[in-house]
Amino acid sequence: MKVKSFRDKQKKVKIKKKRHKKSFILFIIAFIAAVFFMLPTVLTIANSFMSPQEIKANYGMVFDDGESAGYISERVNLKFIPDMVTFKQFATVLLNSPEYLLKFWNTVIYTVPILVVQVIIAILAAYSFTRFRGRIKEILFFLYIILMLLPYQVTLVPNYLVTDWLGLVNTKWAIWLPGMTSPFSVFLFTKFMRRIPGSVIEAAKIDGAGEWQIFSKICVPLCKGAMVSVAILIFIDYWNMVEQPLIMLKDEDMHPLSVFLSKINSGEVSLAFAVATIYMVPGILIFLYGEEYLVEGISYSGGLKG
Amino acid sequence: MKFFKRDTRDCRTRKKKQKRIKVRKKSRVKEHLVSGMYLAPSFFGVMVFMIVPFAVVIYYSLVDKPIDGSFTGLENFKMLFSNAAFLQAAKNSLLFSVIAVPLAVVLSMLLAVLLDANIPWKSQFRTFFLCPMMVPVASVVLIWQVIFNSHGAMNGLLEVFGFTGIDWLKSDYSMVVVISMFLWKNLGYNMILFMSALGSVPKDIIEVAQLEAAGKLTIFFRIKLRYINSTVLFVVILSLMNSFKVFREVYLLSGAYPYESLYMLQHFMNNTFESMDYQKLSAAAIVMCIFMIVIIGILFFIESKAGEDFES
Repeated sequence: MKVKSFRDKQKKVKIKKKRHKKSFILFIIAFIAAVFFMLPTVLTIANSFMSPQEIKANYGMVFDDGESAGYISERVNLKFIPDMVTFKQFATVLLNSPEYLLKFWNTVIYTVPILVVQVIIAILAAYSFTRFRGRIKEILFFLYIILMLLPYQVTLVPNYLVTDWLGLVNTKWAIWLPGMTSPFSVFLFTKFMRRIPGSVIEAAKIDGAGEWQIFSKICVPLCKGAMVSVAILIFIDYWNMVEQPLIMLKDEDMHPLSVFLSKINSGEVSLAFAVATIYMVPGILIFLYGEEYLVEGISYSGGLKG
Repeated sequence: MKFFKRDTRDCRTRKKKQKRIKVRKKSRVKEHLVSGMYLAPSFFGVMVFMIVPFAVVIYYSLVDKPIDGSFTGLENFKMLFSNAAFLQAAKNSLLFSVIAVPLAVVLSMLLAVLLDANIPWKSQFRTFFLCPMMVPVASVVLIWQVIFNSHGAMNGLLEVFGFTGIDWLKSDYSMVVVISMFLWKNLGYNMILFMSALGSVPKDIIEVAQLEAAGKLTIFFRIKLRYINSTVLFVVILSLMNSFKVFREVYLLSGAYPYESLYMLQHFMNNTFESMDYQKLSAAAIVMCIFMIVIIGILFFIESKAGEDFES
């Protein structure tokens, strides 16, 4: 009797060990994948703390600026830990080079109004799509989905034509106006709002709430999580934009940082790393703050129907 | 007398009914008005910036010049399809999508399954995988250049293993670089979609299958994958959409005139914008629009077929 139970136990331990081994292998795979995912970001941040000489020694072969002063390694050195941590680049960027700050400010100026206005417009439209459903609405919603799926190559042509007619090419409005009425967030908000139980709204109606009250006191508060996640998604899109400014803005002074960073001189690589780091900080902070909302928002966006 | 009375009553009820119908109609009209008001700002924007100009785009694509043009039929499209730059761009973009989209779907599915398994640090891994989504492409483009330059880290690694290095960005391998950048950025988002879909597969179905001694692979392919096929469709469409956005990466990596195999449709559009050739632009936009709609239609069709199969 005892022997049997002992054997059983051994068997269980074996199975457990097997499971343990398997999960360990999976963990290693996930870890390697994670290293690849984090590598470019971490390297950029690490490099932003290196002095220009060190950057040059490491990457001189890639970003050749014609000057042969100083040591240049033959192969690129990917280094995670600077020989000497300096904040000089950051100081230079923030205090002595208005150009970068100007471009950074441009990005902010384009992103924030689009973010605020698009959320407001989209949540209103989503309420309309949720509360009043009919055949016309369904067709309209389908139209929104199609528009949402069209790539920039298609939508930028009509956008440009209108901004041209309105005489807005090369002004901030050329970026703002098409961005503010983008259909993607309408789609996402509608998906969220349609999950609010009809009984809640019905109850409010019986208690004598008007449409505006139902909207502002019930739907909007219930969509707070959605608002955060939609805002993050919009932020990513416009913080990153390259296509629109290239076409709408001929004046390079008005370009956002994303376009400008690619045109940086090879002599200023160490500065570029500092700027790149500053540029990604807002995104990462927002991500760390709203990751849960973002994940929730993404999972709601799955599935085009309903 | 009696007859007359009944008649008036009838008449009265009819009037009441009519009134009620009127009231209902009124309230419906009001409802439409209110719903229209909520929709108006968005709809106005979509109308002004998309639909109306798109009609003009169609018009432009069929005439020979924007002002006082005469109708030329499909001449612009013929011109477009004999334009070498357009053909090259279309070929590159298509090739990129054909390789990158399936990779994005399969790899993100693998990541989702990986995080679905019993491993420690799950939420940390999710954060790591999702993080590239928040990092602007422009910020990390320097590092990508460092890695894939002809004197770069990748070649260094290859030479350690005895291979000779390649000039990644200026060869036919440049597509590899862009695909890895694309995957790096987009896998996280797709993974989240798959994770939430996999989480929504009812546990009891899987338990039944386990009782019936179905293997893990069988459960995955026969049950889970079929249960989440609408999500798979969505991820395919989304990846397709994002694969058209890869111009961003290419432009930041190698500018407006990259190596031939990286010349994307958006490059073509940008350069055509510069020369203000509205006919060419319009024709290209319409060709792409039709292409997208056909692809999406096909995908929806496949999905609905697969769904039918599942329900029966």
